[in-house]
Amino acid sequence: MSTVTPMTTAKPVPSTEPDAGAAARPASQLGALELRGISRAYGAHTALHPLDLTIRGGEFVALLGPSGCGKTTALNSLAGLLPLTAGEIVLDGRRIDTLPPEKRGFGMVFQNYALFPHLTVRANVAFGLKMRGVGKAETTRRVDAVLALVHLGEQAHKHPGQLSGGQQQRVAIARAIVMEPPLVLMDEPLSNLDAALRLEMRSEIRRIHQEFGLTTLYVTHDQEEALSLADRLVVLHEGRVSQIGTPADLYEHPANPHVAAFMGYRNLLPLTVTSADAAGAAATGRGLTVRGTAVGDGQLREGGPVTVAIRPEDLRIAGADEPALGEAVAEIVEYHGRVLHVEAVTREGDRIHLKSSGTVRPGDALSVAVDAERALFFPEPAPSTVAATEPAGEVPS
Amino acid sequence: MSAVLDRPATAAPGTDPDAGRRRIAIKPGAWITWGVLGFFFLNLLGVIVTVLLNSFGSSWFRSWLPGGWTGHWYSDAWSEFSLGQVLWTTVEVTFLVVLISLVLAVPASYALARRDFPGKKLVMGLFVLPILVPPIAYGIPLATVLYKFHLAGSVTGVVLANLVPSIPFVVFTMTPFIEQIDPKIEAAARMCGARTWTVLSRILAPLLLPGMLAAGILVLVRTFGMFELTFLTSGPTSQTLIVTLFSAVNSAGIRSTQSIDAMAVIYTGTMAVLLLIALRFVNPTQLVARSTD
Amino acid sequence: MTVVLPQSPSRPALRHRLAERGVDRTLLLVLPGALAVIALFCYPFLYGLQLSFQPASGGVLGAYHAFFSEPFARKSIWQTFSLAIPASLINVGVSVPISYRMRRDFRGKRLLLALLVVPITLGTVLTAEGILEFYGPAGWFNHTLNLLGLASSPVQLTMNYTGVLLSLIISGFPFAYLLTHSYLSGIHPSLEKAASTLGADWWQRFRHITFPLLLPGLMTTFCLSFVMAFAVFPSAMMVGDPDGKTHVISIEAYEAALEHFDYAQGCADAMIMTVLMLVVIVAVTTLRSRLYSGSTGGKG
Repeated sequence: MSTVTPMTTAKPVPSTEPDAGAAARPASQLGALELRGISRAYGAHTALHPLDLTIRGGEFVALLGPSGCGKTTALNSLAGLLPLTAGEIVLDGRRIDTLPPEKRGFGMVFQNYALFPHLTVRANVAFGLKMRGVGKAETTRRVDAVLALVHLGEQAHKHPGQLSGGQQQRVAIARAIVMEPPLVLMDEPLSNLDAALRLEMRSEIRRIHQEFGLTTLYVTHDQEEALSLADRLVVLHEGRVSQIGTPADLYEHPANPHVAAFMGYRNLLPLTVTSADAAGAAATGRGLTVRGTAVGDGQLREGGPVTVAIRPEDLRIAGADEPALGEAVAEIVEYHGRVLHVEAVTREGDRIHLKSSGTVRPGDALSVAVDAERALFFPEPAPSTVAATEPAGEVPS
Repeated sequence: MSAVLDRPATAAPGTDPDAGRRRIAIKPGAWITWGVLGFFFLNLLGVIVTVLLNSFGSSWFRSWLPGGWTGHWYSDAWSEFSLGQVLWTTVEVTFLVVLISLVLAVPASYALARRDFPGKKLVMGLFVLPILVPPIAYGIPLATVLYKFHLAGSVTGVVLANLVPSIPFVVFTMTPFIEQIDPKIEAAARMCGARTWTVLSRILAPLLLPGMLAAGILVLVRTFGMFELTFLTSGPTSQTLIVTLFSAVNSAGIRSTQSIDAMAVIYTGTMAVLLLIALRFVNPTQLVARSTD
Repeated sequence: MTVVLPQSPSRPALRHRLAERGVDRTLLLVLPGALAVIALFCYPFLYGLQLSFQPASGGVLGAYHAFFSEPFARKSIWQTFSLAIPASLINVGVSVPISYRMRRDFRGKRLLLALLVVPITLGTVLTAEGILEFYGPAGWFNHTLNLLGLASSPVQLTMNYTGVLLSLIISGFPFAYLLTHSYLSGIHPSLEKAASTLGADWWQRFRHITFPLLLPGLMTTFCLSFVMAFAVFPSAMMVGDPDGKTHVISIEAYEAALEHFDYAQGCADAMIMTVLMLVVIVAVTTLRSRLYSGSTGGKG
């Protein structure tokens, strides 16, 4: 039922392409990287609450969250660009949070690429090798191999200013991986590209990650990007971890309404619990009645508040014999190929979103229904920022 | 003031012992930096304070402080150098220069910012030259020409001479300013039916005003402090404050240094007020940058 | 330039062809400003140039000959350069490490920048007077040296080369620093961060990234500082050596034109001065054009 096919390989597939020059590369330079309660405060404001995370070699981990959630802080602390205020970072048993960025040996791809404008593509990529005193012949060999991997062999003599956005992005990646770093950090690397290029580079990044045997920590605010790229996701909210899990975990079993809203549960209804037992839970309010599944950490209590999260694609027009969730009038109908996206208004004035393969016209009165296992009951109140979150309905399969 | 570190200091030093160690390693560099700057400011302060003390001192020989205090050097200077008249000339000259250079240079900067035309480099070169050539080098031929036309020695001559560096200065301040105003705004106004005059008065003028204000104040400050050109072209009735000051020093001997210092303090005080006003509108770098190369 | 084609009936109207090259009525706006500069700068300059070839005696090149044959005048070139070049080098050279240290924001930075503007308010006369009194034999500076036991007898710092150099540094350093600072803050901080993640320590980051990106700006700063120092005139007269050790070329030109009323000689001196200065500027600019110059932002 999941529309996501997570990349299940914890161990990357070694490249078999001859031009990649990566065939003989070891699977990963990293055993395990442990973040033990790392935290960053600015005076009284804590940008990142203690974060525990273990990244295994070859893994692709995404840090996901809206802007200001602390994900860039976490990344910069890991890179050493921002000193920690608590916690430690341990790389294969060796503590590294005391090292300056240049001694950690991580590769980093910056949001604005941060290419050296006065150096050619080749010199940009070779910079790290030069700093480490790698010999000339060895440098040339490795730079050539990496440039071939990112398909930039032809552009080696150009300056960054002469390249397109996508090419600059590839240079930035090449520069970060030429050192064969144990960990590559990527800070929203696709946010400066247009939509089509973003899709293309997304597959490129995944391909490079696998062919080069990288371990990658990827920061993004785009859940679609995170779901399609990562083996594991860390969702941050206001500096705290909301949930850690595989894309399928998060997509199917969000831990709280924040994560649900992020994962495309577009209908978040504040209702009141009428019954809660082992068989299931029911809630009512605002002219609606729902049977659903209790999830999350807290306990449902009869008469207590509940947030019911339902995906638009799980909401359907009720059959003649099944109990309806409620009545709503279709207001906006968008054509999306085989399905229609319908925005309908309930009698109480709440907006609900559903998908329909049948014909719906604006003004039609709809009776909607949902399967009990597809309606998630969260004891917490709904996030106020739902409207600001983009739906994740169209996750590519 | 806290020491400048290579990285921001950690908020809770106790939690990260190594951050503290790094900070100590950074220190010598920071200390040298602060030391050099501190030495510079100390000397600067010394230079200013000695003049200030001297202007209020009755006599000062080989001691740390003057022997006694008095304010009469100021009244002496005021009457001796007829500062009232000098200040009036200074105000007259500066405001005329600001006004004329804005009127002449703002349209030119508009054309340079908006159009790309053959010979643009040449026109730019024409405006760069007066900034690159030192004032004294073109001031001497200019003074010669002004004497030929009997303009030297008058306020007109002084204003004309001061226009030479001011016009390019306004051009190079205003051109980047106009470039960052989106030309589509003018296009939008025209599409809404505004005629050229309306576009100018209702759209461009309000948008240009901050830039013109900044350029005007910068020209004001520079003309007030422009010594060489005014010195070469002014006569007894058209001297600005700085020229009077210099002449007083150079013909010194009969005059006491205290009353010269009093006049210098008046000059610096006025300039400081002007600069404080200017700094409200422009950043410090704009004060020194003659052009954006 | 395009090749001028033979006239043909289908030739577009002149107005259209001009519009194609960007020429339209807006360009008339350049005229008032340009004419004023031509009338007040170019014409006097050319007038001065032709006047310099008409001296009272000595033929066409008499004034130039007079300048170069008189040792006192000739030596003023050397004296100007020996003041202007060290002064600009010191000002720019000291500005680089200080502004590099201060490239990040910290409390009181704006105040510090504002304080650096103070020397601009002083004006030449107060600076000169202050130098005479502060660094003079009975001034606070020598008092302090004496107190610290660094000098037993007063050090002669004024009315000589040192005095003029001091005044050039006091008035020129803030100028150089503020310019360097603005060039440095134009370099995107992510470039240095990127270099540090690539294993460059602070010296390598400065040497390979910041300095090359800063160098064109430094050369411009040097040029402008040099122009300022080259034209040193009031301070050289007030705190300089009365015996002619700091008899710079601007004093030479001024004395010829406005003290001896020999306009031809004065103009000739002014022309020599302009040429010398332009030579230095052209040299630095040529050097600069061989360097990378372009965006210093994060994106190429």
